[in-house]
Amino acid sequence: MSAPFFELGYFGDGTGLLVALVIGVAFGWCLESAGLGSARKLAAQFYLTDLTVFKVMFSAVITAMLGVFWLGRLGVLDLSRVYVPETYLLPQLIGGLVFGAGFAIGGLCPGTSCVAAVTGRLDGVALVLGMWSGVLATGLGFPALQGFYESTPRGALTLPQALHLPYGVVVSLVVLAALGGFRAAEWLEARPRAALAANHSESRATSRSLAGGVQA
Amino acid sequence: MRTPGRAYANPYLAGFALGVVLLAAFVTMGRGLGASGAFASSAAGVVSAVAPARAAANPYFARYLGGSGPWLDWLLIEIAGVAIGGFLSALVAGRLRVEIERGPRYTARSRLTTAFTGGAVMGLGAVLARGCTSGQALTGGALLGVGSWLFILGAFAAGYAVAPLVRREWV
Repeated sequence: MSAPFFELGYFGDGTGLLVALVIGVAFGWCLESAGLGSARKLAAQFYLTDLTVFKVMFSAVITAMLGVFWLGRLGVLDLSRVYVPETYLLPQLIGGLVFGAGFAIGGLCPGTSCVAAVTGRLDGVALVLGMWSGVLATGLGFPALQGFYESTPRGALTLPQALHLPYGVVVSLVVLAALGGFRAAEWLEARPRAALAANHSESRATSRSLAGGVQA
Repeated sequence: MRTPGRAYANPYLAGFALGVVLLAAFVTMGRGLGASGAFASSAAGVVSAVAPARAAANPYFARYLGGSGPWLDWLLIEIAGVAIGGFLSALVAGRLRVEIERGPRYTARSRLTTAFTGGAVMGLGAVLARGCTSGQALTGGALLGVGSWLFILGAFAAGYAVAPLVRREWV
C-alpha cells in the first residue's frame, strides 16, 4: 500500500493545503469548462432540456469509483484509510430533499455558485451570500437541530455492506445504471424541438455544447 | 441568449476529468472534494471573531475551531482553488462576462432574490445532510456511501418536484 499519501505520512499539513489548492483549481476548471458555472444550464437539468449536470456528475462518480476500486484491488490504495462520509439515514434524506429544493430555486449548487460568482454572474454572487447566510443561521440554531442531526446513525456504511453484495458487483451495477442514464439523457435532449418550444434558448445552448469541442 | 466565448467541453470528458481530480484527492489526501464545508468553516471563523464564547459553545461551529483554525480548513483552501480555476478557465475561453442569468420575463431583482433564497435553503439542507453535491453526491457517491446515495436521490427528487414552481425564472 502506498496511498493515500497524506494518511501514510508522506507529507504534512502545509503540503496538504497546497494539494487542496491545486485540486481545487482543477475542480473549478472542470466545472467551468463543462458549463456548470451557468445557472441557466444547471436549472435546465430540472426541466430535462439540458442534462449536462447528470452527465458530468455521473461520469465523474463512475470514473472515481472505478479508480478507487481498482487501485484498492491492486494494493496501491489502502481503502481503510480513505474517509467515507458517515451515514445518518433521515438527516441525509431530509437534508437532500431540502437541498434539492434550494438547488431548483437558486439554479446553482454551492461549488458551482463559486464558479458562477467569479466568472461574472451576479446571481452566483447572490447565491453564495444566501448559502453562507443559510449555513450561518442553521449553525446558530444548531442546538435545536442536533437531536435530528445525530439521529439514525449507521456509521461509514456502504452500499455493498447494506445490500450484502460484493464490492465489484455494486460497482458494475452503478456503471450500468450510469450508462443507461446517459442513453436516456441523450434521448431526452434529442426530443423534437417542438416539445421545447418554451425553452428554445436552452435547446440552442444544448446543441452548441454537444457540437462543441473539448478544452479541459 | 447566446453567450460569447468558446463552446463548453464535452460533458462526458469534463466529467471524466473531474473524476480523475476526485480520484487524485482520494489518493493524495484520503478524502474527497467538498464545497459546503468551506461555507461552514468560514461561518465558524466569523462567529468566532465576533462572539468567541458563543462559537466555542456551539457544537457545530466548535469543530472548525481546533487545529490550525477555520481559515486554514482544507475545504476552504480547496474552494479558493475552485474560484481560481473557474476564473482561469473562463478567462482563457473568453467566457468572463458580468451578467444576471434569468429568463426574458424575469426581473434582475427577482432573480437575485431567488438565487439568495435558493442558497439559504441549500445551506440548511447541506448542514443537515453533512455536505452538498461535492461532499456527498460526488465524493460519497464514488465511495458508495449509503447516506450519500440517499442524499442524491432526495436532491434530484426535490429538484424535479420544485422546478415547475419556479419555471418563470428561466422561460
